[in-house]
Amino acid sequence: MIPVTLDVSRRNFLKVSAIAGGGLLLSAYVPFGLSKDEENLFADFTPNAFIRVTADGKITIIAKNPECGQGIKTMLPMLIADEFDVPWASVTVEQAMADSTKYQGQTAGGSTATPSNWDPMRRVGAVGRQMMLAAAAQLWSVPVTECNTDAGTVLHKASGKKASYGELAATAATMTAPDQTKVPLKDPKDYKIIGKFTPGVDNKAIVTGKPLFGIDVTVPGMQYAVFEKCPVFGGKVISANTDVIAKEPGVKKCFIVPGGAVLSELLPGVAIVADSWWAAQSARKKLVVQWDEGKTATQSTVGFAAKAKELFAAPPIKTLRNDGDVDAALTKATKTVEATYEYPFIAHATLEPQNTTAHFHDGRMEIWAPSQSPIGGRGIVAKHLGIDASTIDIHMMRNGGGFGRRLNNDYMVEAAWIAKESGVPVKLVWSREDDMRHDFYRPGGHHHFKGGVDASGKIVAWKDHFVSYGQGEQFTQAGNMGGSDFPAGLVADYNLGYSIIESGIPTGFLRAPSSNALAYVMHSFIDELGAAAGADQFKFRMDLLAGTTAGAKSSMDLERMRGVLEMVADKSGWGKGPALPKGRGRGIAFYFSHRGYFAEVVEATVSKAGGVTVNQVWVVGDVGRQIINPSGADTQVQGAIMDGIAETLAQEITFENGRTKQSNLNEYKLLRMPQAPKVEVHWRITDNNPTGIGEPALPPVIPALCNAIYAATGKRIRSLPLTKTDLSWA
Amino acid sequence: MKISFTLNGTAKTVDVPEDMPLLWILRDTLDMKGTKYGCGIGQCGACSVHVGGALQRSCQMKAAAVQGAKVTTIEGLSPDGNHPLQKAWQELDVPQCGYCQAGQIMAAAALLKDKPRPTDADIDTAMARNICRCATYNRIREGIHRAAAIAAAD
Repeated sequence: MIPVTLDVSRRNFLKVSAIAGGGLLLSAYVPFGLSKDEENLFADFTPNAFIRVTADGKITIIAKNPECGQGIKTMLPMLIADEFDVPWASVTVEQAMADSTKYQGQTAGGSTATPSNWDPMRRVGAVGRQMMLAAAAQLWSVPVTECNTDAGTVLHKASGKKASYGELAATAATMTAPDQTKVPLKDPKDYKIIGKFTPGVDNKAIVTGKPLFGIDVTVPGMQYAVFEKCPVFGGKVISANTDVIAKEPGVKKCFIVPGGAVLSELLPGVAIVADSWWAAQSARKKLVVQWDEGKTATQSTVGFAAKAKELFAAPPIKTLRNDGDVDAALTKATKTVEATYEYPFIAHATLEPQNTTAHFHDGRMEIWAPSQSPIGGRGIVAKHLGIDASTIDIHMMRNGGGFGRRLNNDYMVEAAWIAKESGVPVKLVWSREDDMRHDFYRPGGHHHFKGGVDASGKIVAWKDHFVSYGQGEQFTQAGNMGGSDFPAGLVADYNLGYSIIESGIPTGFLRAPSSNALAYVMHSFIDELGAAAGADQFKFRMDLLAGTTAGAKSSMDLERMRGVLEMVADKSGWGKGPALPKGRGRGIAFYFSHRGYFAEVVEATVSKAGGVTVNQVWVVGDVGRQIINPSGADTQVQGAIMDGIAETLAQEITFENGRTKQSNLNEYKLLRMPQAPKVEVHWRITDNNPTGIGEPALPPVIPALCNAIYAATGKRIRSLPLTKTDLSWA
Repeated sequence: MKISFTLNGTAKTVDVPEDMPLLWILRDTLDMKGTKYGCGIGQCGACSVHVGGALQRSCQMKAAAVQGAKVTTIEGLSPDGNHPLQKAWQELDVPQCGYCQAGQIMAAAALLKDKPRPTDADIDTAMARNICRCATYNRIREGIHRAAAIAAAD
């Protein structure tokens, strides 16, 4: 849910420079959604490099965004390479450093990379191609219009002249770059790379075990650190036996880090620095800290549930939207349904635990970190260490999973502080237990619904009291709802209000934030209303989408949503074939999030003992006119589907005395191979600008699975995960 | 304690605490970063290696037990990354973030050694102990079948 403004019409420029040995460096400043004022701020800085061609013909393309498995290190260079007109096999991709003055938008979040880079990155490539054409035309004294490019070569058909980009680089480097906004772009039918199955550029390194990830960094003279924070969120250190720990085998230093009070920054704790991570982690077992646990120590999951019940008994503290007269509509409705839904806090559990290597040297802080938001991390490091942001260099290491966890850089600032205090390069590695106990969780939530359908089976009333978490009247991060959230605007008599449970639990964005929870409750309750109406659940949803567009989540296009819904019904054979036996069922749902339109059908089997098997999932997505990398797109969708299934089956984080109860993967279940269903992915191509696919496939699968379980057993899933409901049947 | 063992065909001697897991000996003492730390309790399989030809969680094997062992890691699975699994993984674009893949490949290599043409059920059983957080399971399954075909054709 990171806002991004898409506007490529503003001023942008490219700079060409010569490099040693007769090469060309094509740099660009591309305004990725900056305001005019922000743009002026950056206008004088050196632009970044995107394309480097050396005289020997070596072509390097810079990948500007952090890679966390979403495939962006492959996809953004594909856009440049295709318009530059070079064979993909000839391209070497290089990861950029974090640099907000050169690269805009170096964040992996919100499925924003595709919509904000689709146009600018292609233009960078197209400018490069134009310059190669111009260089050849000048060298051969022929009109540029008579020249063409093919696979990294410029050709002049009439004379038969031919030169590679490498041969032309030195001449091209002396020219002025054409206006990026006016440069011609390829007709999509001429794409040679865009739209082709393109394996990840780091695959060879991955399958041969080369160091790639943040946790793999080695710096000469490096020491290893662990960091113990208060198990209660926001607690402070009163004292610790640092003298005792400092004498443990292999330990070099042990000290208290004062830290601050902002949960997403540097918190108080005790650092142990040793000559190996194992030595630091072993010494930690003898660490005794006296904590000031603070006010969160009284909070618990049980207490939260009791509070939710109490809040439901009173009216919402605030109304987010009120259309028509919902109470009157409920009275008039032919059938009404009342239900309370709830979902738990959940963790990100990136498989690579949080880590950062930092080295303070020569007046600069050098950092190697897996981060989805390195620039955000730089700001926090500068603030807490009292150093200028311009003296911080961040190497963007491959992230061993992100899912939104690494939009927070708490581990980065911890490592930077410990390294500065230690005076040597330090690699901080969190244990799995640290990671699970100090996440920024997807917040739980509670909804009390009243809804009604009329005699024709149409939804005529919708009332939702949302109980979320936060402080005062403020929603905690990712625990928000707004007046335009689905299904607002689609039901004439509609009321949405909220109340807040006071909470000190750190929360944050997790893949398809807010949508991953709201899709579950909305489409489960729609299913209840559909069942009450005796309607076919596909047709019931088509009817809902046929309604007014007014106020439907601001930018949701109902025609596009109907399109994917109809197509998934068709692909899955919805409503066709013989009725399924008891214990087997199908569920359907759709959701619009992160600019993507997704509709999904799940078929599940529930054993008599209550065990759930997801047999198959059909997915139809509409993310515009071009699937840039069909390989990455399909796996992102499959991964998102599996993620949603894992969340539904068993994932829950609970709190007791202000602490997280779960500590490792034996208590917090990730999906495993035998649970992974076949996922069939289809794309509905529509003439809209391409948008991202890291997130929007996830939300519908949760209610589709719950609705399949209802179809199989008649048991409605009003609380997640499934382990809370006895699904056995006779 | 001093321990000697064979790593990817080369003799190694290290001086480490006797309770130090093989995982950290590989990663930090010997700077072999291919084997990954995921959970430290034998749940995720990211640290999978072969010891004496058998699949082993390196986070669960203490230094004392490594003495005299023959250890193979992802770096030693094939001379130049051309094991059928490594080929199939690249061809089918199996990795997403890639963090678990060394462990997945080591587990799959052990499976193929026992069962050169595994069924889906064989794959479910053999791979159930390796977590892929990105859940690229459809591709891992496909990759194992593809590797089996590559090996059969070789």
